[in-house]
Amino acid sequence: MAVCVAVIAKENYPLYIRSIPTENELKFHYMVHTSLDVVDEKISAMGKALVDQRELYLGLLYPTEDYKVYGYVTNSKVKFVMVVDSSNTALRDNEIRSMFRKLHNSYTDVMCNPFYNPGDRIHSRAFDSMVTSMMIQVC
Amino acid sequence: MAAPAEPLPPVIYTMENKPIVTCAGDQNLFTSIYPTLSQQLPREPMEWRRSYGRAPKMIHLESNFVQFKEELLPKEGNKALLTFPFLHIYWTECCDTEVYKATVKDDLTKWQNVLKAHSSVDWLIVVVENDAKKKNKTNILPRTSIVDKIRNDFCNKQSDRCVVLSDPLKDSSRTQESWNAFLTKLRTSLLMSFTKNLGKFEDDMRTLREKRTEPGWSFCDYFMVQEELAFVFEMLQQFEDALVQYDELDALFSQYVVNFGAGDGANWLTFFCQPVKSWNGLILRKPIDMEKRELIQRQEATLLDLRSYLFSRQCTLLLFLQRPWEVAQRALELLHNCVQELKLLEVSVPPGALDCWVFLSCLEVLQRIEGCCDRAQIDSNIAHTVGLWSYATEKLKSLGYLCGLVSEKGPNSEDLNRIVDLLAGLGAERPETANTAQSPYKKLKEALSSVEAFEKHYLELSHAAIEMHTSIGRTRSARLVGKDLAEFYMRKKSPQKAEIYLQGALKNYLAEGWALPITHTRKQLAECQKHLGQTENYLQTSSLLASDHHLTEEERKHFCQEILSFASRQTDSPGHKIVLPLHCFAQLRDLHFTPSNAVVHVGGVLSVEITMCSQMPIPVYVEQIAINVHFSIEKNNYRKTAEWLTKHKTSNGIINFPVETSPFPASQNNLPALELYEMFERSPSDNSLNTTGIICKNVHMLLRRQESSASLETPSGVALEDGAHVLKCSGVTLEPGANRITFRTQAKEPGTYTLRQLRASVGPVWFVLPHLSPRVQYDVYSQEPQLHVEPLADSLLAGIPQKVKFTVTTGHYTVKNGDSLQLSNAEAMLILCHAENRAVIYSNTREKASDVSLRVQSSDKVTSISLPAAPAYHMIEFELEVLSLPSAPVTGGDSSTLGVTEPHRKHKDTQKAGYCMATTDHKVSIDCPWSIYSTVIALTFSVPFRTTHSLLSAGTRKYIQVCVQNLSELDFQLSDGNLVDTGSSGDLQLVPLNTKTPQHIYSKQSVFFVWELKWTREPPPSLRCQFSVGFSPASEGRLSIPLKPYTYEFQVENFFTLYSVRAEILPPSGTEHCRTGSLCSLEVSITRLSDLLEVDKDEALTESDDYFSTKLMYEVVDNSSNWAVCGKSSGVISMPVAAQATHRVHMEVMPLFAGYLPLPDVRLFKYLPHHSAHSSQLDADSWIENDSLSVDKHVDEQLDSGSIKSRGSVHSASSSEHKGLPMPRLQALPPGQVFNSSTGMQILVIPSKDDHVLEVSVT
Repeated sequence: MAVCVAVIAKENYPLYIRSIPTENELKFHYMVHTSLDVVDEKISAMGKALVDQRELYLGLLYPTEDYKVYGYVTNSKVKFVMVVDSSNTALRDNEIRSMFRKLHNSYTDVMCNPFYNPGDRIHSRAFDSMVTSMMIQVC
Repeated sequence: MAAPAEPLPPVIYTMENKPIVTCAGDQNLFTSIYPTLSQQLPREPMEWRRSYGRAPKMIHLESNFVQFKEELLPKEGNKALLTFPFLHIYWTECCDTEVYKATVKDDLTKWQNVLKAHSSVDWLIVVVENDAKKKNKTNILPRTSIVDKIRNDFCNKQSDRCVVLSDPLKDSSRTQESWNAFLTKLRTSLLMSFTKNLGKFEDDMRTLREKRTEPGWSFCDYFMVQEELAFVFEMLQQFEDALVQYDELDALFSQYVVNFGAGDGANWLTFFCQPVKSWNGLILRKPIDMEKRELIQRQEATLLDLRSYLFSRQCTLLLFLQRPWEVAQRALELLHNCVQELKLLEVSVPPGALDCWVFLSCLEVLQRIEGCCDRAQIDSNIAHTVGLWSYATEKLKSLGYLCGLVSEKGPNSEDLNRIVDLLAGLGAERPETANTAQSPYKKLKEALSSVEAFEKHYLELSHAAIEMHTSIGRTRSARLVGKDLAEFYMRKKSPQKAEIYLQGALKNYLAEGWALPITHTRKQLAECQKHLGQTENYLQTSSLLASDHHLTEEERKHFCQEILSFASRQTDSPGHKIVLPLHCFAQLRDLHFTPSNAVVHVGGVLSVEITMCSQMPIPVYVEQIAINVHFSIEKNNYRKTAEWLTKHKTSNGIINFPVETSPFPASQNNLPALELYEMFERSPSDNSLNTTGIICKNVHMLLRRQESSASLETPSGVALEDGAHVLKCSGVTLEPGANRITFRTQAKEPGTYTLRQLRASVGPVWFVLPHLSPRVQYDVYSQEPQLHVEPLADSLLAGIPQKVKFTVTTGHYTVKNGDSLQLSNAEAMLILCHAENRAVIYSNTREKASDVSLRVQSSDKVTSISLPAAPAYHMIEFELEVLSLPSAPVTGGDSSTLGVTEPHRKHKDTQKAGYCMATTDHKVSIDCPWSIYSTVIALTFSVPFRTTHSLLSAGTRKYIQVCVQNLSELDFQLSDGNLVDTGSSGDLQLVPLNTKTPQHIYSKQSVFFVWELKWTREPPPSLRCQFSVGFSPASEGRLSIPLKPYTYEFQVENFFTLYSVRAEILPPSGTEHCRTGSLCSLEVSITRLSDLLEVDKDEALTESDDYFSTKLMYEVVDNSSNWAVCGKSSGVISMPVAAQATHRVHMEVMPLFAGYLPLPDVRLFKYLPHHSAHSSQLDADSWIENDSLSVDKHVDEQLDSGSIKSRGSVHSASSSEHKGLPMPRLQALPPGQVFNSSTGMQILVIPSKDDHVLEVSVT
C-alpha cells in the first residue's frame, strides 16, 4: 500500500529508502527529501511540548496530486517518511499510524543489532522484508 | 456582505436574508411600529435550545417582516426553508367592540383559516393599545375586553398567543415594559418555530438521505435540500452549522466516488462522469454562485461544477468564520482530490484542461484570501498558501511544456490548436473579475498567448514560490522549484541562469547525502556546464558522474569518454593543465614501502607500491602517475629512524587510506568519536570527593566549524606543487577497480621525505590528490661505519676464555678485501686465536647475506683481524675469545711471584661494598680501516672468586684457613690448592690438610682449605702467604690453553700464642650442680705460655732485675645475660713475662637461667700506661675511657657488668669532663696470642627447687 518508505537519519541523510515503482525512484527521492521541510517545521513546532506527551506521528506532511506523504519521528529524531498513493482511499490515519508503529518496531530491532553501527545505511534483511510486506499489502 | 439573489424574492423591507415573518391586519399600524421593532429585536440575544443534544446557542434574532399573502405559505411538499414564513403576526389596534365585531373578527378568522389550511401553527396576534384613542371614546369597554374577546375567540387554550403592546411609540416606562414583554414573546415564538420547523426539516432530510440506496435517488435533489438547511443556518448566522451541512454533503459525495471506484456505482453518479468541457476554475467572489447552483438543481452539473460550487460555499462560510488559512488548506486538498476523482471516475478530460482548472483555482483562492486579509497576516501565514503557489507554478509549467511554450522555437501549429482548445474551455471571463487587471483568467489567457508572456508569468510564479519557501525555511522545497526553473532555463537555452539553481540544489543534496538526487542534479549540471563551456567544471562533473554507481554503465562510459576525448583533443596549448581532484577519478587505497619500514640508506633502493582503485568504468591510459615528495633534512636522523623502525615494525609497512564515502554528508563522516574521560576532584584536606564529571578531550575537534562542502563541485583550488623530488611512474593503464602501481627510487640525500601530492595525468588533465592523509614519509639515512664490541654473556669472567662479539656496521664504507682490524693487545688480556673463526654478514635489515671464515693473526703486540669484504650498509658479526689473566705480571710458569696486583687491590675495595665480584678493566685499542683514529674499547672482567683467610689456634698449634667463595653463575673445578710462605724465614712449615683431588665449587658456594703452621724456632711476628689454586670451568672438559691459577696473598701477624685463659665455674660447696639464683664461683686462670718474645716489647713491659712483667686487664662479660657477675668483673693484673706464670682470679657469678649454660667470656687486654707512664697516679676518681672498646673500664671501681649499658650513657655524658687527663690505654690482644681453652664449655645449671615458675627461653 505504501509506494515508498524511507528512514532518514537525524542529520537528514537517508538511512534507508525504497519505493516500488523502481523506475520512478528518483521522483520519490525528491519527494521524500522535500517532505523533510515539513518534518522540520513540525518538529520545531513540537519542540515545546514535553517529551512524554510528544506525538511521534506527524500526520500528513503534504499531499500532492498523486501521492500523500506521511511522517513520523522517533525520539532520537530519526524520521520515517511514507508515501502513499492518493487513489488508495482505503488508507486512513489509523492504518498509517499502525504502519509507522510497525516500522518503528522493526527499526528498533535493527538498532538492537550489535553489528549495526548507528548512522550506517540499513541493510537488514528483516527490515527489508517488513517494508516489502507494507508495500505489497492490499494493492 | 452581498445578499444572495434568491428566486422568488419575497423580500419587501430589506434585501437581507432573514427569517421571514408575515404581517397581517393593520398594515399602517405595523409600518409605524416597524422601525422600532426591527431595531429592538436583535438587541438582546436569546438562548436557542437545540434538539439532538446539540449545544444551546445564544442567538441574535433578526427578521424580514413581509406582508401576509396566502402565496407565501408553503404548499404541501415544498421544502424550501429560506422562503418559509416562520411566524405569522396579526396586528390590530382595535379598541372598539363594534369595530371588532364588524371587521376585525372576520379578518382574523379569515387569516386563521388560511393558516389552518396550510397547517401553520406559528402565529401571534398583537393588540396595540393607544391611550389617546381610548380617551376619545368614553363608551369603550374596559381595555381588556377586546383582548379577552380575541383570546376567547381565537386563542383556544393558548392565551399567550395574543399580546398587548401598549403605547409603542411613547417613551414611558410602561411602554418599555410592554415592549420588553412583546419582544421576549416574539423571540421565543420565533425560536420555537425554528426548532419545530427545522427539526421537522431535518427529519425529512434524514429520511430522504436514508433512501439514497433506492434507484431513483438523486444526489442533486438531496443536495438542494440539505443546502436549504445550510442557508437557514447561515441566515441565522450559524456559520459553523452551515459549514457542517456542506461538509456532510462533501463527505457523502466523496464516499460515493470512492464506492464508485470500488465498483459500487450509483446511477446518478454516471451523470457526473460526463466529459469535462469547461474548466473555468473556482469562483469565490460571490457568496453563492447561482449559475452553478442552477446547474446542480437542473442536474446538469459536472463533477467540477459540483465541486466548485461546494467549495465556493465552504469558502464563503470559512471566511465568515475568519478562517482564511483553512480555505487555502482545503483548496489544495480539493484540487488534488478533484484530479484524483476525475481519474477514478474515468472522466475524459482534454489534455491540459485540468491544469488550467487547477491553475485558475489556485490563483482564485489566493486572490480571494488576499482580498480579505492584510499584508502582514498573509506574510505570517505563508506556510498555508505556499502550497497553492507551488501547485500553480507546477501546473503552469506543465501547461507550458504541453503547449510548446517552453521550447526554443515556440509552439507549432499543433500546440497552437491545443492552446485555442484550452482557451475555449475557459469560456468568457466572469463579470465579477472582468474589471480586475490581474484576474486568474487574464493571467492564464496571457500566459498561453505567447512564449514571452508565458516566461514572464512562469518566472514570476516560480520566483514567488521560491521566495516564499525560503522565507519560511523550506529550503528543500525551494531547491526543488529552483531545479524546475533550471530545467526551464536549460530548455530556453540559457544555461548561465540555470547553473546557479543547479549548484544550489546540488549543494543541498550533497550536504544531506541524497545519492540519487545528487546524481540526477549532477547530470543536469554537466549538461549546463557543457553548454556554458566551463571546461574544468564540466570535466570535474563528468569525472564525478563517470564514477557514480547510480548511473547506468552506458552513461558512465559516456562521461568517461568525454574526459578522454577532451584529453586527446587538447594539444594546441601544451602548457595548459586542467587540475581536477583525484578522488572522483581514482581512490588511493593503500601504500606499501619496500623495505617495509620505509627507512633506506643513502644509495639504497626504495620502492613504493600503491593500490589505486579506479572509479572509471573503462580502462584509462594514464601517461604519468607522480607523487610529489617534500624533503626535509633532519639532524640526528639516525635516532629518529630507529624510533620510526620500532614504531612501524608491526604494521607490515602497509598504510591504509580511509575510503571516502562521498554520498554521506560531511557532518556524519568527519566527526571523530567522542573521547570521554572520568574526572574526579578531591578536596586536598581530607581526600573526600568534591566533584566528579566527564571530560570530553576532543571538544576542539567536535565543536569546530564544519567546513562547507561547497568546493566539491567547483574545481577546488588544488595547486600543483612543484618540487625537486618526485616519484614517477609512466604509461600506466588503470583498469576499473584496484590497480597496483610501483614507484622505484634510489635514495640520495639523507633526510625525511614526506609524500605530499599524488597526481595522475591524462593528457592535459591532471587528477590531483592534494594531501595524503595519514601522513606518509620515508627516511633516508647515512651512517658512519661503526664497531661495537660487547660480551656475549652478561659479564665477562676473568681467568677463563670468554666470548666477545664484534659487530662492524659498515655504514657508507665498503669493506674491501684486505681491510683488517688491528687490535693492540692489552697486557693482561689475551685474544685466543682458534683455527677457524666465522663471520656472518648481514644486510641492514638483518637479513643474512653470507657466512665467511675469518682470519685472525696474532703477534706480540698486535692482533690483526682480516675483515671479509662487505658492501656498504651491512653488518659483519663475529665472535672472538678473550682471556683476562687473573693477576699481574706473569713471568713464565713461576707461580710464586711477588707483588700485589692491581686487580687484587680492586678486589679488596669492592669487598667492602658487598659481595659483588671484583672487576678488572682492560682497554683495547682497535685501529679500523675507515678511520685514522683508534677506537678504544674497555672490557670489564669480573673475578669470579672472593677469598678470605683466618688463623685458627689450638693451644699453641696454629692453622691457616682459606675460604674460596664462588660468586659467579658458573661452576668451577678447583685443583692444586697451594699455600706458600713468601716470607724469608725458612723454618716455617705449612702442612696441607686438604684433599689432593680437584674439587667442584658450585655457583655461589664456598670451599675451604686448611694448613697447619709448624715451626721449629721462634716464629716471626708476621707471616706472608700466597694462596694459589688452579681453576677451570666445570662444564668444559679440556681447555685448549693452560689457565693461570688464581692467587690470593695475605699476611698473618702475631700468630704465636702468649696466653692461655681458662675459666671454670664451680657449684657452691656441698652441691653437685649449680642452681639458678645461687652464687657459684668462677675461677679464671691466665697462664703465660712463653718467655719474653719480640712481640712483648712494648710500653706495658716493665723490667726490674731481669724480671719482666706486663700489665693485662681481664674482663668477664656475659653478653647473653646468662650470668650475673657479682663483685668485680674486671681488673688489672701484673703478669710476669715468663713461661708458665699463672694468674688466677676468683669471682662470684650467679646463673640466671637453668640448663647448660656457656661460660661467660673472659677477655684479655693489654693494659698500656699513658705514654708519660703515670700509671701510679691513677686514683679512684680517674676514669678510663677507650672509644675503641665498647665497654668502659675502670681499675678500682666496682663494676656491675649487668648495668654496663646504663652506665655507658652516664659515662658518655660525663666524658667531656675528663678530656685531657692522662689516661691509660687498653689494647686488645691479637686473636692469635690468646688461647681461650674454655671456649665452648658449658655447665649444667638446674633450677632452684623453690622456684614455682619455670622460665624457659627458647632462642
